[in-house]
Amino acid sequence: MREWVDKVWRNLLLGLMTLFVVNILLMIASVATSSFARRWLGTWLPDGWTTNWYTAAWKEFQLFDVLWVTVEVVFAVVFLALLIGVPAAYTLARRNFAGKRALMLLFLLPLMVPPITYGIPLATVLYKAQLGGTIYGVILANLIPAAPFVILVMTPFIEQIDPNLESAARVFGATTPRMFLHVLVPLLAPGILAASLLVLVRTIALFELTFLTAGSDSQTLVVALYYAVFAAGVRAPQSVDAMAMIYMLVTLVWLLIALRFVNPTQLVSRVKEHPQHA
Amino acid sequence: MKRDFSELRLDHVTRRFAGAGGKAFNALDELTLTVRRGEFICLLGPSGCGKSTALNCIAGLMNLSGGSIWLDDTRIDTLPPEKRGFGMVFQNYALFPHMSVARNIGFGLRMRGVGAEEAGTRIANALKLVQLTGQAHKLPGQLSGGQQQRVAIARAIVIEPPLILMDEPLSNLDAKLRIETRAEIRRIHHELDRATIYVTHDQDEALSLADRIVVMKDGVVQQIGTPQEVYAQPANLHVARFMGYRNVLTLDVTRQGGDRIEVAGEGIALTGIPKQAVAGPRAAVAIRPEEMVLGDDAGGNVIEGQVANVEYCGRDALLDVVTGGGTRLHVRGAVTIKRGDAVRVHVPAERALVYPAE
Amino acid sequence: MADAMTVRVRQPFDRTLLLVLPAAAFMLLLFVYPFLYGLWLSFQPKDGGALANYSHFFTTDNLWPTIWITLRLALPATLINVGLALPIAYKMRVKSRYQRWVTTILVVPITLGTVLIAEGMLLYFGPKGWLSQFLQLLHIYDGAIRLTHNYWGVLISLVISGFPFAFLLILSYITGIDPVLARAAATLGADPWEQFRHIYLPLLAPGLAMCFCLAFVQAFSVFPSAVLLGSPAGPTRVISIAAYEAAFEQYDYSLASAIAMIMGFVQLVIVAAVLMLRSAFYRGPVVGGKG
Repeated sequence: MREWVDKVWRNLLLGLMTLFVVNILLMIASVATSSFARRWLGTWLPDGWTTNWYTAAWKEFQLFDVLWVTVEVVFAVVFLALLIGVPAAYTLARRNFAGKRALMLLFLLPLMVPPITYGIPLATVLYKAQLGGTIYGVILANLIPAAPFVILVMTPFIEQIDPNLESAARVFGATTPRMFLHVLVPLLAPGILAASLLVLVRTIALFELTFLTAGSDSQTLVVALYYAVFAAGVRAPQSVDAMAMIYMLVTLVWLLIALRFVNPTQLVSRVKEHPQHA
Repeated sequence: MKRDFSELRLDHVTRRFAGAGGKAFNALDELTLTVRRGEFICLLGPSGCGKSTALNCIAGLMNLSGGSIWLDDTRIDTLPPEKRGFGMVFQNYALFPHMSVARNIGFGLRMRGVGAEEAGTRIANALKLVQLTGQAHKLPGQLSGGQQQRVAIARAIVIEPPLILMDEPLSNLDAKLRIETRAEIRRIHHELDRATIYVTHDQDEALSLADRIVVMKDGVVQQIGTPQEVYAQPANLHVARFMGYRNVLTLDVTRQGGDRIEVAGEGIALTGIPKQAVAGPRAAVAIRPEEMVLGDDAGGNVIEGQVANVEYCGRDALLDVVTGGGTRLHVRGAVTIKRGDAVRVHVPAERALVYPAE
Repeated sequence: MADAMTVRVRQPFDRTLLLVLPAAAFMLLLFVYPFLYGLWLSFQPKDGGALANYSHFFTTDNLWPTIWITLRLALPATLINVGLALPIAYKMRVKSRYQRWVTTILVVPITLGTVLIAEGMLLYFGPKGWLSQFLQLLHIYDGAIRLTHNYWGVLISLVISGFPFAFLLILSYITGIDPVLARAAATLGADPWEQFRHIYLPLLAPGLAMCFCLAFVQAFSVFPSAVLLGSPAGPTRVISIAAYEAAFEQYDYSLASAIAMIMGFVQLVIVAAVLMLRSAFYRGPVVGGKG
């Protein structure tokens, strides 16, 4: 009897998961189909295919400029986040000091508080500092969740490196900069790569912060897409779908690259994957 | 779940795994063994020999690929672990971190629906048996390794199982604690008189604890016997090596007859007892260091050599003796011997065990 | 075993501590300061006394109901997400190629982000979309389905973007529990349901509570979906829309800050409630699964 219940339960869960996944795939497929459709009104498939919408969208939404801005913002954020995050992670991993817990909480908060809650006060401050509406403001805003994320991803990486290695390097004559260069950085390279890819993927998709701080010429792709959908009544919906596809493509490419190097779980949590026991 | 039984029978128990590259291999190959009521059996062997696999199969944590397991007339290998009713002590203790010592021990009783009052008494008795009275409210994280080990043992015995399974319970303890806990296990076994199957790779543990030892290698049983039998009369070369026969000389067979066999080579000539049928031209002689005695003997089996290394052991010394032909022997001798001394050692023929060469 | 951190000797100032300074300074400047500034600003309304913004919020008809509207969306969405994620993640706790595939696929909706999901839903779940046509084909439901531009659209989008997050988080907590504990429980007589109830659930309790809080906080801040997929003028006028309008349409930063503060406050109340509930039900160490 219990086996029967178990089987039903298992199939129910499997069914739910499949439903979920299938619907998402179909959703994406609808956007894709629409973007290539000449005209599509309430039938299974459109009555003609074309790639014109892509060229239309490209021109209409100035996608080249938007993509360029996105690239600038994302890479600047990754670079700066690593620059201030990795040294901080090193200190947190290797040293104990008064106020360490408070500092860790400070770094944890931006990841737990949703962007919109601190985004509005942040936008206010940035506008007051004449940075609002510029690309610098956007970069700074996106840096706020990015730097703590780097710290959170790197800290366990650094903790994992045997501190004896650093002692050994010193005993054999390395100064601190040389120790960093020859011992730590090579060992941290996979962690840094993972952290960069994770920040990159998250920043591309981060909507609220850029939305609140960007001006008309400093929008990232996701914000431009929002405005396009918002004004969809005025424009032809298919060009919006074409733009959505471009956005999705950009995201997916980086996601797939990221997944080569990191575990999917790390995209959402800081809990490092646990080694499996026999 | 029977309280008492007269025998647990493993009948050609086999367990296959898919190995690297997709090739299947037998972690357990036709293990056949009968455990009697109250017996203490040790499964002994190096890692990978299948002893833990055997234990997991008996507990029900692993399915069999072949064979069957019987408790008297009941076939049990088709039952899930929660229905078999055996007590198990895990290598890393596996204490529930969110439960106190008392609740850990009482878990099995709770699962069986034992009332709170009776459970309380039985838990208290178990704590007394493992000498942990007073620790009942502590959490596992607050206990030392040795204490955690004893809680794990108490948890397994409080349910009064017909059979107790122990998976290398002492391997995570330091040397001193290991010897003390070993004595504890022996004492508890005497008091409770329950059948126990104990897995280890340490031959000292096996010798001191077991009524019978099952020596295993690569999933295959090498020998089943009492500690005395396995110690003094190993059935094959692997068992001999594992039980401490450090001197293994592979020499040419010169003469065979009756119950003796003569081998020679590398400037040595020995007479020994064949433990297995020797067919080829070469044979391996296994001799314990303790049974190589310094000095001459009229009975023959004398080897000459020079002491190359001395390890002081307090009561005696472990000597490395190198013969003229370059063979290195391990001998236990008096502490007065020095490096470079020329010595003569001999071994009685009955203690020179000869096996087919590998 | 090197434990350099517990050396208790009077040492000269450890220069390594300086490494953490840039990050700390950045956080203080751009996270803590704006928050405090916003808090201060909320008490400096355009006209009226210090609490004028807050009283304005609670008396205006298109402002104070936003709290209830947002809760009406966020709480069910979170309950669905966590409630479904737990059993599914539990079933997938054994590491296998199956598990790896599923986790990879589930990461896709998270990365795509709310805007793309909104656009996809408008097409697929819309009255002329494939789902509607499919249901009509099977004669399950004739006529156009109403799943977009209303409450349901936003709820569904919250589930689509929130479930993978909850699932992955819970999965990482579950895989951190040593499976040998369940095996030990089995040898003591616990069947699979009892193993879940007595071993996994208590050890998961802190992680579950955390997951609920994070998922709730995410759902409560819903913004683009509410605009694109809902009807922002009425039934899905969530609190973040009110804050945005105050800031960028009315240019009343003071009021916007006040609304943001209220938003943060409501989230804090719910999080505190969940954590207290957890402590009430579960008394024990918050340790990992190692015995």
